[in-house]
Amino acid sequence: MGDRNTMTLSISQEFVDGIIAQAYAELPNEACGVILGPAGSGEARRLKPMINFAASPIFYEFAPNDLLALYRGLDDVDEEIVVVYHSHPTSEAHPSSSDISYAGEPGAHYVLVSTREEIAPEVEFRSFRIINGSVTEEEIVISPASP
Amino acid sequence: MTIEVRIPTILRPYTKDAKVVEAQGTTLSQVIADLDSQFQGLGERLLEKGQLRKFINIYINDEDVRFSGGLDSTTKNGDSITILPAVAGGQDPTAS
Repeated sequence: MGDRNTMTLSISQEFVDGIIAQAYAELPNEACGVILGPAGSGEARRLKPMINFAASPIFYEFAPNDLLALYRGLDDVDEEIVVVYHSHPTSEAHPSSSDISYAGEPGAHYVLVSTREEIAPEVEFRSFRIINGSVTEEEIVISPASP
Repeated sequence: MTIEVRIPTILRPYTKDAKVVEAQGTTLSQVIADLDSQFQGLGERLLEKGQLRKFINIYINDEDVRFSGGLDSTTKNGDSITILPAVAGGQDPTAS
């Protein structure tokens, strides 16, 4: 499982910027997506924004067909979901009770971005493990954007 | 009469880490009952009070069963069932 059990998310500046830009672009609704990596590597390599099927400011859901295609695709190219991310437009970047109930990928980093007005123009960008209902925040190490 | 069932990571502790298992039944309901008899406790992770749990998506071949008859969806020899955790959530409605 590589370094997936260590409590650190390593992510590129490019992906951080991309996720924040998507969060703003999809306001007032929540934005969501995944970062994929080679199976077993735990490395966040490929940013894949997803459509919020719920199209809601307080809920996100991958469309059933998109979800199936995503998982089928993983098998085809031997990738795994390394990060599941979504935005909270008006609340802090901490897993909500529904985030915890739904968290179904024990190996993934759950990244939350808050674009709430109170902290603008700053945003919160935080990462958590959510395993069996238990939430643990982890450190984020951002690598410089590739040249 | 054999139906292939793909198990997501989060439920593999029930199937001794098997990604794909086999089950029998002519409806999804029967398939889940068969899965539960083979892998004790798995049924409870899929059903709550006799209904499909909202945290789980189940597909028969390519069709999400929520749109094709739910637990009464028919299954036949050679079908492939995929179970996936819904990827969903969102901020608490009361948060501001």
